[in-house]
Amino acid sequence: MWAFLHRFASPPHFYRRAGAIAPWLGWICLGLMAAGLYGGLVVAPPDYQQGESYRIIFVHVPSAWMSMFVYVVMAGASAIALIWRIKLAEVIAIESAPVGASFTFLALVTGSLWGKPMWGTYWVWDARLTSELILLFLYFGVMGLYAAIEDRRTAGRAAGLFAIVGVVNIPIIHYSVEWWHTLHQGPTVTKLSAPSIHVSMLVPLLLMAVSFKLFYVTVLLHRARCGVLERGRNAGWVRSLLARTEPE
Amino acid sequence: MNAFIAIVRRDLLLAMRHRAEAANPLLFFVIVVALVPLGLNPRRETLELIAPGVFWIGALLATLLSLERMFRSDFDDGSLELMLISPQPLPLIVLAKILAHWLVTGLPLVLAAPPIALLLGLPTSSLAVLLTTLVLGTPTLSAVGAIGVALTVGLRRGGMLLSLLVLPLYIPVLIFAASAVSAADGLPVTGQLYLLGALAVLSFTLAPLAAAAALRISVS
Repeated sequence: MWAFLHRFASPPHFYRRAGAIAPWLGWICLGLMAAGLYGGLVVAPPDYQQGESYRIIFVHVPSAWMSMFVYVVMAGASAIALIWRIKLAEVIAIESAPVGASFTFLALVTGSLWGKPMWGTYWVWDARLTSELILLFLYFGVMGLYAAIEDRRTAGRAAGLFAIVGVVNIPIIHYSVEWWHTLHQGPTVTKLSAPSIHVSMLVPLLLMAVSFKLFYVTVLLHRARCGVLERGRNAGWVRSLLARTEPE
Repeated sequence: MNAFIAIVRRDLLLAMRHRAEAANPLLFFVIVVALVPLGLNPRRETLELIAPGVFWIGALLATLLSLERMFRSDFDDGSLELMLISPQPLPLIVLAKILAHWLVTGLPLVLAAPPIALLLGLPTSSLAVLLTTLVLGTPTLSAVGAIGVALTVGLRRGGMLLSLLVLPLYIPVLIFAASAVSAADGLPVTGQLYLLGALAVLSFTLAPLAAAAALRISVS
């Protein structure tokens, strides 16, 4: 197990493996997303109360889940990078940040589009909206810190430390805004025993969630490949790789 | 412990020698708070409604403005590196710096609070709660801010970045403190005060460790 992990964490090995896996994941993701969108936009019946406009949840909810999931992955990878000094974990943490920020942004935009017909306004200072907005700021902080420091290794470690500080703060921030003000509807899916959502809506939603996750992994693998190439530009394996691909 | 006291004393002495610089955050705070009635309208009910928020946002910004001083001059003259290689535990040194920073910027805010509260028309019955939130909340601001400064101390223009890093982390303090002050006129506020105290304890326990790790990363 450990030997496998060590092998996987070595940049050249990761570069090759990721290059082999990523296209497969990408196609599976595309298939699931097509199925999920078809199920969500065509098959699922309109909501008895919210009509057709509830259908935005098939994009909104998965991206909101991903916005938090990616942050946790980023903080976890940063911790691994700081504790065991694994370069690959650092690359994964840093390359996750823009993807996570995009998911957060998507969740905010789709949420406000849904909010206009439902709540009558694009934006309310509701707890979940606010904590999602703050999450976006935290992503920007990680990215900004990484961009501001010249030395890539130092930048990666500093941004990673900030990601960890952020993950300690997220629950505090979340609950503080929760107690402050809330309007958002309660969770409908996480109650595993009896979800208050009909199965014809639940299935496409879960399909979309899985495909979003695969999308993240695919994009992350591609970004991380570029990341290890960039960081190892003076390493032997990158040079030999370039020498092989470069035309004479 | 000797190192702790020595560093607190040294930082206070340095602040005393640069009195004008040390007074800037307080002046900034007063000016920001004084601008608000000019920008809105100075009617008593409006002011009373927004006073807690204005007060605390002013305190947040004043702290933010003064944060850089915590490590910047030590970084410039090289004494920060000596602290890093000294045999004393670095989190302890950072804790001393945080305490000194609070004594120089947080404490004056607490002392200046009563007259400014009158300026904003805050009812005198809320004054005690306001002071309690300041005493409990401003140390958290200094402690959490230390992490941000430690991360950006090696950068030449870290100011804007520092606000991006630190302000989101200040939100819980802002929420609990401002809501305690707004509720002070009649409603129970012990819940918010307990939470502020918990945040202070938490930040004083963890922030020195995080800031020490950050210093080791950014000064290398």
